[in-house]
Amino acid sequence: MQDDLRDLYQEVILDHGRRPRNLRAIADASASAQGHNPLCGDQIKVYLTLGPGDVVEDASFEGKGCAISVASASLMTELVRGRTLADIERLFGGLHHRCTGQGEAPSEAGIEDAMEKLDVLSGVREFPVRVKCATLAWHTLQAALAGRAKVSTE
Amino acid sequence: MKAARQHTPVVSYDVAKLRAEFPILARSVHGKKLVYLDSAASAQKPRAVIDCERQVYEEEYANVHRGPHFLSEWASDRFEAARATVRKFLNAADAREIIFTRNATESINLVAATWGRRFLKAGDEVVLSEMEHHSNIVPWQMLRDAIGIEIKVAPITDDGELSLDGFDRLLGPRTKLVAITHVSNVLGTVVPVAEVIRRAHAAGAKVLIDGCQAVMHRAVDVRALGCDFYAFSGHKLYGPSGIGVLYGRSELLEAMPPYMGGGGMISSVSFAHTEYAGIPQRFEAGTPAIAQAIALAPAIEFVLELGFEAIQAHERDLIAYATQRLSAIDGLTIHGTAPGKDGVVSFTLGHAHAHDIATILDRAGIAIRAGHHCAMPLMHRLGVAATARASFGLYNTRVEVDALAEGIEAVRRIFA
Repeated sequence: MQDDLRDLYQEVILDHGRRPRNLRAIADASASAQGHNPLCGDQIKVYLTLGPGDVVEDASFEGKGCAISVASASLMTELVRGRTLADIERLFGGLHHRCTGQGEAPSEAGIEDAMEKLDVLSGVREFPVRVKCATLAWHTLQAALAGRAKVSTE
Repeated sequence: MKAARQHTPVVSYDVAKLRAEFPILARSVHGKKLVYLDSAASAQKPRAVIDCERQVYEEEYANVHRGPHFLSEWASDRFEAARATVRKFLNAADAREIIFTRNATESINLVAATWGRRFLKAGDEVVLSEMEHHSNIVPWQMLRDAIGIEIKVAPITDDGELSLDGFDRLLGPRTKLVAITHVSNVLGTVVPVAEVIRRAHAAGAKVLIDGCQAVMHRAVDVRALGCDFYAFSGHKLYGPSGIGVLYGRSELLEAMPPYMGGGGMISSVSFAHTEYAGIPQRFEAGTPAIAQAIALAPAIEFVLELGFEAIQAHERDLIAYATQRLSAIDGLTIHGTAPGKDGVVSFTLGHAHAHDIATILDRAGIAIRAGHHCAMPLMHRLGVAATARASFGLYNTRVEVDALAEGIEAVRRIFA
């Protein structure tokens, strides 16, 4: 396999794609939203439970998609648990920076471990058309937090 | 490669020589030789088309139909000659029945917005099929929302063939139009349009055929078919982008109101009243795609010179060979197994998503499509979110099919 493909389809990505974590609905979620990538027809729904101090107690998702979008969603549900909304915002910024190489990288202070886990998605940088796959779940999470029911990557 | 030697391919023309006519096929992508299997989305252009368009701009260009000077007259003659070439290509009775549009999408929208608005009323029914492209669904939904027509959808079988029984059941006194694809852009199914037209006409309905995926694979004779409207795009027929065709029977076109208002579609204008031009000018407001229309002619001549018999023999062999090679891949499902398919092979592969397949193939220089192919209702019918689609044109080879099969094997190893 070529290097850029090996970087994109790292073992961690393939594993999350094959066996997504937290692939379930949350019946009494504090927030949820439907995400849609009209380019490929991928649909995903993200659920969140918020605890005191707006800390994420639980996060999950449902839906189908490519290996990148499913792995990103799966990884996200693991990474946001126990985090504040401000930290989640920084994580999304960190993901975006890794996928596009553009903009300024957000501060990683205090969330270095989580940020490091996002490195597995940095292979997307060589595949600009796939950036939307990697960010769909995060955009949907943002929409859920903003109280919007639907989001599209268009 | 081994498999290629086991069979004697039906060589109907010298493909290597033919490929040399398509300059882009010589390039590489990601350092690999380009294997272009996306002609159903848009076909590559032969030198004759590229040279023609360049020559128009370098030596023959002016606006058409208006200028009392040499170049305008010259360009107008070339533009009308292209229309005559399209007439001959479709065997229409009269060149006035050929309307130049931007693409098949615009052709269908034109019929919906003019014929549909004038002659359909609330409660009238338009019959589509389950395998339509969005461009033959959405214009009718817009008309439905505007004037209250009803849309009926003819079912397909599990093989991807139109169910003629299911189609028959939808025909009734309220059926005013059947708008249906000639060849499915996802399944490759060839719809028996002559039979569809016969049955629709017997029920008193008009018929529009979306020929976007047909005209590059098979001879179309609109008079033998008896269809009322036929739409196609130039760019899928090895011609320029930005030029499309709507054929309409003259008595229907004569009765239709204009599509867009503007220059070129009138015979006289005052602020009180406008007299519209006759056909086809009535439907061609504004400066058209002049060079593109002119360069559509050499595309048609290119195809006609090879001949559809030879093209079909070549492409049938490719489809059969691709079907055989891909079927042998563990976990691969081909969607659309109707006999006598044209042009495309759609497939899914185990847990590998179509986009991942396309990304990995792309890095091997192989261009395919992945997604819903603008046919989301069909994806729903097939029970998939997306498919990967390899499509074949007159320049593709068995060696390219081998590259595709090997590329898919590589995908399978990653996602196994």
